[in-house]
Amino acid sequence: MTSKIKFVHGNEACVRGALYAGVNFFAGYPITPSTEIAEILSQKLPEQGDKFIQMEDEIASMCAIIGASLTGHKVMTATSGPGFSLKQEALGYACMAEIPCVIVNVQRGGPSTGNPTHVSQGDVNQARWGTHGDHSIIALTASNHQDIFETTVNAFNFAETYRTPVILLFDETICHMREKLIIPRKNDIPIVNRFRTSLKKHVDYHPYLPREDGRLPMSDFGDVHRYNVTGLFHDMWGFPSNNPKIVQELLHHINDKIENSIHEITKYKEHYLENAEYILISYGSSARSAIHMAKNRTQRGEKIGVLELQSLWPFPHALVREKCSKAKAVLVVEMNMGQILNQVKLALGDSKNVFLANRIDGNLITPTNIKALLRVIQGRGV
Amino acid sequence: MARLKLKEHLINQDWCKGCGICVHFCPKKVLKLNAMERVEVLNPENCICCKFCELRCPDLAIEVLTTQDGKHD
Amino acid sequence: MSVKDYIRERFFPHIWCPGCGHGIVLNSFLRAVEQLKINKNKIVITSGIGCSARISGYVDFHSLHTIHGRALAFATGLKLSKPKLKIIVPMGDGDALAIGGNHFIHAARRNIDVTAIIMNNRIYGMTGGQYSPLSGLNIKASTAPFLTIENDFNIVELAKAAGASFVARTTTYHVLEAVTLLKKAIKHKGFSVIEILSQCPTYFGRKNKKGDACSMLELYKKNTGKIGSKKLNNNPDLIKRGIFVNNNKPEYCEEYEKIIQKAATAAAIRQI
Repeated sequence: MTSKIKFVHGNEACVRGALYAGVNFFAGYPITPSTEIAEILSQKLPEQGDKFIQMEDEIASMCAIIGASLTGHKVMTATSGPGFSLKQEALGYACMAEIPCVIVNVQRGGPSTGNPTHVSQGDVNQARWGTHGDHSIIALTASNHQDIFETTVNAFNFAETYRTPVILLFDETICHMREKLIIPRKNDIPIVNRFRTSLKKHVDYHPYLPREDGRLPMSDFGDVHRYNVTGLFHDMWGFPSNNPKIVQELLHHINDKIENSIHEITKYKEHYLENAEYILISYGSSARSAIHMAKNRTQRGEKIGVLELQSLWPFPHALVREKCSKAKAVLVVEMNMGQILNQVKLALGDSKNVFLANRIDGNLITPTNIKALLRVIQGRGV
Repeated sequence: MARLKLKEHLINQDWCKGCGICVHFCPKKVLKLNAMERVEVLNPENCICCKFCELRCPDLAIEVLTTQDGKHD
Repeated sequence: MSVKDYIRERFFPHIWCPGCGHGIVLNSFLRAVEQLKINKNKIVITSGIGCSARISGYVDFHSLHTIHGRALAFATGLKLSKPKLKIIVPMGDGDALAIGGNHFIHAARRNIDVTAIIMNNRIYGMTGGQYSPLSGLNIKASTAPFLTIENDFNIVELAKAAGASFVARTTTYHVLEAVTLLKKAIKHKGFSVIEILSQCPTYFGRKNKKGDACSMLELYKKNTGKIGSKKLNNNPDLIKRGIFVNNNKPEYCEEYEKIIQKAATAAAIRQI
C-alpha cells in the first residue's frame, strides 16, 4: 500500500488513524463537534465487516465499547464535553477492570452545554480526574491533522500495551478544519495488537496478575478461560476482594503501570526551543498560534520557543523542568483558565515567572493575543 | 415413566441458612429445622421425590438423590 | 452434570439473606442452563449492581459484573461484537428499570439477542430497603416512612411496548414454571425478558408485614394466576403468569449482517 494524500477535517484524520490502528468496534452517540467521527465510521466499519452502533446515550456507548473490548476487539467511542461527563463512571470502570479502549473528546466550550461549535480546552482536568477514585490515565492531544492521525494510532497502542482507557483530547477548531493528511503506508507506524494469554484450557489463568514486565495478557470472552471482571476491588482472578493487601496492591498497580511508563507515553515537539529565553508551553490548536508567533519573532532575532505537549496525562513534569530550566519566563498558552498552567507551576516550583496566555471566549487564541502578553512580561508594553 | 425412589437427601449444612422454605413446602413433612436452624431429614421414608425442596432452596443446599430402574438419576 | 458443575463453589455460601428469592432464581437458572446443555464457554453473564447482580460471580461462565443499571449496554457491546455468545443479564428491578430503564427499553427496541432476567423484589435490598420503581403505592420503605405515593411499572407491558420479542413472568414459588420459561427465554432469538417475582423477606417483607420467606412465597401462590387457567379466569385481577409475547421479529445482530453485505456491495461498486 502506498501513501495517500488526503484533504480532510480533523475528525476524519482521527477516523483514518483509528482504522490504521485496527479499530473494529465503535459505539457512540451524536454530539457536536465530534459527530463526524461516528458518521464516517458508520460507513467504514461495516464496509470492512466490522461493527458500528449508535447507542441510546453516551453512557451506553462507553459501556458497549467495554463489552466489545472484552471479546477481543479494538474499540473506540467519540464525544464532546457533556457526553464525556456522562461517560465518566464507565471510564472509571475501564480503569479498574483494565479494559483497553479509546475515548475521543472533541472539546467544546463548557461547563454544561457551553458552546457546541466553538473551541475550548476546558476538559483537560476532567480527563485526569473526571471519574472518582485514585487512578491514573493517559490523555493525548494534537495540533494538526498529521499528528491527530499518529496520536490516534498511539492511543490504540497505549490502550493495548497498558490495558487501560486512553483519552484523545482534541479541539473543535482542528477537528472541523480541513488540511492535508498523508496516510502512512502499512507498517510505517508500528501497531500494538491485543496481547493474549498463551495458556491452554484447564491451565489456571490469572487475568489480573501482571507479568514481570508489567503486562497482563488477556483472554477473550467466549474463549476457554472463564474469569470474572468487576469494578469492585478484585484479586488476580478478577473476583471481588476487600483484603487490604490486595486492595492496596491493585491501586498501586493501576497507577504505577502508567506513571512508571511516563517516558514511553510522553510525546512532545520542540519548536525554536534551543536557547529560547521565553518558552511557550502549549498543545492542540492553541499551539498553532504559539508556533506561528514564535516563528515570526524568531525570524526577527528574538529567542522565543514552543514546547508543544502531545501527551497531557500523565503530565511530564520532569520534561517541563528540563526544557524550561534556563527560560526567563514561561507562558502557558491554552484555552481554559489555567488547567495546564497549574501543572507547569507544579513542575517549575518557583511560579513567579510562569504566566497564562489564555482565551476562554470561544474563539481561537491568536498569535497577536500571545504577543501582547509576552510584550508585557518583557516589560515592553503592548 | 418409572417412579423415582429415594436414595438419599444430600444436605449441605454449611450452605443452608435455615430459611425453612424446604420444610414449609414439603408435602410429606420429610424435613425439619434443627436446633441450629439448619435443615435435617426427619422422615425420609415419607419422601415422594418431588424435589421441590431442592428446586426451591435459595442456598443450593439440598440435593435429592434418587434411583430409577436401579440407576442413579 | 449437576447444577454444582455450573457454579463457583468456593464462593458459597452466597451473600444473600436467608430465604432470599434471588437464590431460588439462581437455582432455577442453573437448572435451565443444565437442561439446555449450553457450552459454558459460550455463555456470558453480565450484571449491574445490587443484590441481584451478585449472581454473576457465582456462576462458572464468563462473568462481567458492571456498574449500576448499565449491564444491558455492556451486553449490547458483547453481543454485537461476538454474536455467537449467549448473553444473560440478571437484573434487579431498580437496576433494570430505574437507573437502567433507558437501556432496558432500547435493548428491547433493538430486539438484540440477549436474555434479561428481572428479579423483581420491589425494593433496593443492597442499600437497605429503599423503595424502587416496582414498589408501587402504599409501600413502606426506608425512604418511604409515610408510605409510597409513586405508581409502579408493569414490567411485562413496558417490555411489550418497547418491542421485546419474548416476554414472560413467573415467581420464585413456581420453580418448575420458572425453569421452563427461563429455558424458552434463553433459547429465544431476540430480546427476551423474564420477570421473576422474588421475595425480599429482610426488607420488603419485614417493613410491609408480609411475614417470612415462606409466607411471601405463599402470597405468590395465592395472588398470581397462570394465563389461561381457571383460577385466573375467575379472578382476573390476579397477577398474570406465563408467556405474554413470543414472536420472531428481526434480530439486531442478524440485521447488522445485512448492513455489512450492503456496505460491501456499495464499496465494491465504488471500486469499479
